[in-house]
Amino acid sequence: MPVLELSGISKHFGAIQALNDVSLELEAGGVVGLMGDNGAGKSTLVKIMAGNFRPSHGTIRIDNREVHFHKPIEARDNGIEVVYQDLALCNNLTAAANVFLGREIRKGFGPISILDYAAMYKRAGELFKELKSETRPRDLVKQMSGGQRQAVAIARTRLSDAKIVLMDEPTAAISVRQVAEVLNLIHRLKDQGIAVVLISHRMPDVFAVCDRLVVLRRGTKVADKRVADSSPEEVTGLITGAIERA
Amino acid sequence: MTVSLDDTINRQTHSSLSWLFSRQTFWVFMAVVLACLVLSVMTDTFATQKNLFNVTRNFAFVGIIALGMTVVIVTGGIDLSVGSTLCLAAIICGMTMSAGYPIWVGAGAAIAASLAVGLVNGLLIAYMGMPPFVVTLGMLSIARSLAMVTSNNKMVYQFGPDQDILLWLGGGTTLGIANPVIVLVVLALITGFVFRWTRFGRHIFAIGGNEHAATLTGVPVKRIKVIVYIISALTAGIAGILEVGWLGGVTTNLGQGMELSVIAAVVIGGANLAGGVGTAFGAVVGSALIEVIRNSLILLGISTFWQLAFVGTFIIIAVMFDRIRSLRQQE
Repeated sequence: MPVLELSGISKHFGAIQALNDVSLELEAGGVVGLMGDNGAGKSTLVKIMAGNFRPSHGTIRIDNREVHFHKPIEARDNGIEVVYQDLALCNNLTAAANVFLGREIRKGFGPISILDYAAMYKRAGELFKELKSETRPRDLVKQMSGGQRQAVAIARTRLSDAKIVLMDEPTAAISVRQVAEVLNLIHRLKDQGIAVVLISHRMPDVFAVCDRLVVLRRGTKVADKRVADSSPEEVTGLITGAIERA
Repeated sequence: MTVSLDDTINRQTHSSLSWLFSRQTFWVFMAVVLACLVLSVMTDTFATQKNLFNVTRNFAFVGIIALGMTVVIVTGGIDLSVGSTLCLAAIICGMTMSAGYPIWVGAGAAIAASLAVGLVNGLLIAYMGMPPFVVTLGMLSIARSLAMVTSNNKMVYQFGPDQDILLWLGGGTTLGIANPVIVLVVLALITGFVFRWTRFGRHIFAIGGNEHAATLTGVPVKRIKVIVYIISALTAGIAGILEVGWLGGVTTNLGQGMELSVIAAVVIGGANLAGGVGTAFGAVVGSALIEVIRNSLILLGISTFWQLAFVGTFIIIAVMFDRIRSLRQQE
């Protein structure tokens, strides 16, 4: 049974048809590579899953239950977490503070409740350990390497019992060594039975970690197949339109 | 080299001493202490109880507003309207009391007016997306104009039945300490606590660090922005009431140009105008440094015309330190 099921999703902005009748199923522990040229509709599709946009047509089902998201928090409450392209980190705060941003652990003293630093450091430490990252909870994000910053953004998705993690171009602007780190982090998520959607332009990354790949072209899904049955050449053809459909 | 993960988790990046030395607030604090020591040695007049009393009382007003301003500056905003808000609150307090109402009505009306100013600032900035600089610059004119309209631009110096209470509040002492100083200390402790221990405090630093990230992670950015401008206006209102009590009279030029002293104090105290950095202690220390400079020029017999040059120099030096530090971090 799929954890997330999109059926017949269309989205238009005025006269522009950004997505046209796209259906997609995500399985627990499956990593789907979402590919396509600029403007193919990848971001729109992810934003619909993340609750930033509402689809013009079509339905979203989580565990076979139809859901409607009006804002990102509602998607998060339904177990969908997003790692944004810019990671959405505050450089002036510690790793732990970033992990818990918007979801701080507090303890009450009568009418006032204060931040529970010890609990947040401990939990953040556990999450980094789980991700096998060297990130330290008390370090400021501005002093961190690209890979450590990724770990902070990904640790955030592990706070709640997320079933689905959407990653928007996580390897776009980091060094080769750090790319390897991020791909390892994706493997960790997969091992824990989380469905991952990886949006990427980088063919090697998709072929390294994904089980399935989905190609969008001008708002339409033109391929949805096992990575093992495809090749970088075929994907390039699908993205550019040299190959109509696969 | 094998280090257990728990060790790395518990390890801090800096020792507490090197952390201290990397703080601008620490160096400004040392500058204040040094200036006080030098003045104590060089003059007979500085270290007298009366002078110290005056110095602390004088910077309390700027210090109180600097606390509110720090909250705004930490979010990456600015509030230029505080001087006018102080004036409006002072005039409204004075007018209400001179009309024969008790102090709690006068002070209540003054606080209500300042909250309204902050609310308008905050709503325009947070929900209309207008730049804080422009909105509060407009409010700087509007609030002062309202103060003139309310008082018909006349001096208010009769405060009705509760006059003595008002004069005691701003000009009196408790246990030998000027009342505004006590208010400053209490507000500084509250601000420090809020910064360090509350979710609200965490969120204002997050907004100053990366507003977009704060929005994406579910921080109620707009609501918090409205609240910070209300806090800033509130501190201006409190300082306004105290200042009327101290001066014993109020005219509509009260607090003119004060926003610049306040912002200077906050910046000298280590806050970053780009947002995300600032402390309550820094706001107090920054205010203290400005007042100590002013006081020392008088005591040393140097023309007070030099005062602004000294304050200006300190602002530039403070920002220069910050710049050098960030350059060093990039390397």
